[in-house]
Amino acid sequence: MSSKGYQAGVKEYRDKYWTPDYVPLDTDLLACFKVTGQPGVPREEVAAAVAAESSTGTWSTVWSEYLTDLEFYKGRAYRIEDVPGDKESFYTFIAYPLDLFEEGSIVNVLTSLVGNVFGFKALKHLRLEDIRFPIAYIKTCGGPPAGIMVERDRLSKYGRPMLGATIKPKLGLSAKNYGRAVYECLRGGLDLTKDDENVNSQPFMRWRDRFEFVAEAIDKAQRETGERKGHYLNVTAATPEDMYERAEFAKEIGCPIIMHDFLTGGFTANTGLANWCRKNGMLLHIHRAMHAVIDRHPKHGIHFRVLAKCLRLSGGDHLHTGTVVGKLEGDRNSTLGFVDQLRESFVPEDRSRGVFFDQDWGSLPGVFAVASGGIHVWHMPALLNIFGDDSVLQFGGGTQGHPWGNAAGAAANRVALEACVKARNEGRELEREARDIMEAAAKSSPELAIAMETWKEIKFEFETVDKLDV
Amino acid sequence: MNSITGDYQTQNTLETFGFLPKLTAEEVQMQIAYIVANGWSPAIEHELPENSADHYWTMWKLPMFGETNIGTVLSELDSCRRTYPDHHIRLIGYDSYTQGQGSCFVVYEA
Repeated sequence: MSSKGYQAGVKEYRDKYWTPDYVPLDTDLLACFKVTGQPGVPREEVAAAVAAESSTGTWSTVWSEYLTDLEFYKGRAYRIEDVPGDKESFYTFIAYPLDLFEEGSIVNVLTSLVGNVFGFKALKHLRLEDIRFPIAYIKTCGGPPAGIMVERDRLSKYGRPMLGATIKPKLGLSAKNYGRAVYECLRGGLDLTKDDENVNSQPFMRWRDRFEFVAEAIDKAQRETGERKGHYLNVTAATPEDMYERAEFAKEIGCPIIMHDFLTGGFTANTGLANWCRKNGMLLHIHRAMHAVIDRHPKHGIHFRVLAKCLRLSGGDHLHTGTVVGKLEGDRNSTLGFVDQLRESFVPEDRSRGVFFDQDWGSLPGVFAVASGGIHVWHMPALLNIFGDDSVLQFGGGTQGHPWGNAAGAAANRVALEACVKARNEGRELEREARDIMEAAAKSSPELAIAMETWKEIKFEFETVDKLDV
Repeated sequence: MNSITGDYQTQNTLETFGFLPKLTAEEVQMQIAYIVANGWSPAIEHELPENSADHYWTMWKLPMFGETNIGTVLSELDSCRRTYPDHHIRLIGYDSYTQGQGSCFVVYEA
């Protein structure tokens, strides 16, 4: 065979896939990986291997490569950076041409970027830190079914975060008793209540029974309080057919919002359900069970900021983000970094928040950040400061653990929230003046006073385990 | 409200600030100052209590686009109150960037 033609064999990845002079195009999808190679393998070779294995490459040259223009289709490793304070790992930046991905398919993007490459033997660890989605790709995605402003308009909630609670105990209640717990929370002043993630359709409470009792609870609470209410009916199910059957029924009985677990349910189910919600005028709350399996290890997996970006594209009106201050801690700056990705129309690169790229979200609606897990009234000033108005603050134990029950617990949280919003608007410093603001509010609310007594230790700790590499 | 400790009686409320004691004149002024400082346009709406669950309340004149004088907003609130003493009256801060309401709360309950 002539030397010009096909030559079988194994080439070094870096010959083709390490291109330090490449200037990324506006239409390229860019990714930043934190790479930990096996000892002795040069950084450029490892970076190029990641680019190759997550795009067009395979371990051996094949003749059919010559039937196409791989220069057009290949991913390119174009930059390598040190990870601050870590000699073992480095960041590599990879540019992927737009044509590698099916339009509107987060499934396809992730199958490429976090597919086989994560099991590659030359790597000890690999973590996908961030993705820059080009605006051209974003315009192919449906995004949130309603978005922040449309949800506010439908529910008439303005100028403050919404208040929610997950119904407890999470498993084991009958449908009628469960609806009672929902009614008590809503009549007390919460805007929304929530099925826990693992409430699907178990023998003790089948979905249809739950939906019917919850619908009655919402109607009664709305009638009596004069305010708009909702409950996230979890339609996550074993099959898409079951999921859609539950979603249709929720709509039929007049409920405004349903819920899905986007990681255990999967992006195919999530994107389909988001499209269904958009067509049917339903809001969609998104839970994130399984995320910590994927995002908690600092050197392996996928950072949550990537999962959050993927969810905004796949579709959801709410997404859990952690609380920073509650039982499930998260780094404050890192959390602010991905909360921006959910809500803003443009997010600039900011390494102090773990944001590796400028991200233009175009006209995609925003997603409410949901703070839930181990929070109580004393956390309210900090939560409002951290999450701002476009959030849902969910107090499960912090509502239903109130000595006088759910309704009083809900009222306590509502008073605390409104007192904090009012104080913020008056120009007061929420976290520094937290105790004064809360104690003043409790004077007009015995429910808040006893809640403050019940959960009296006041702590604002922002140190955490998984810190940013800065 | 809660005459018997532990017996929580459901309250009919009107969304944001519905759980706080009625705002004083000075507190209303501070909320107007917040609306103005954010660059939002103050607007006043009023409605009969029995229709208060509707999305749309009746507008009092047009929203006060570009109005930054707190006294002007207060005097419009007073005029509205005098004209419709049996209506709920709320103050809105229209945010033209989000096309939403950055603020919305009831100033007078009928």
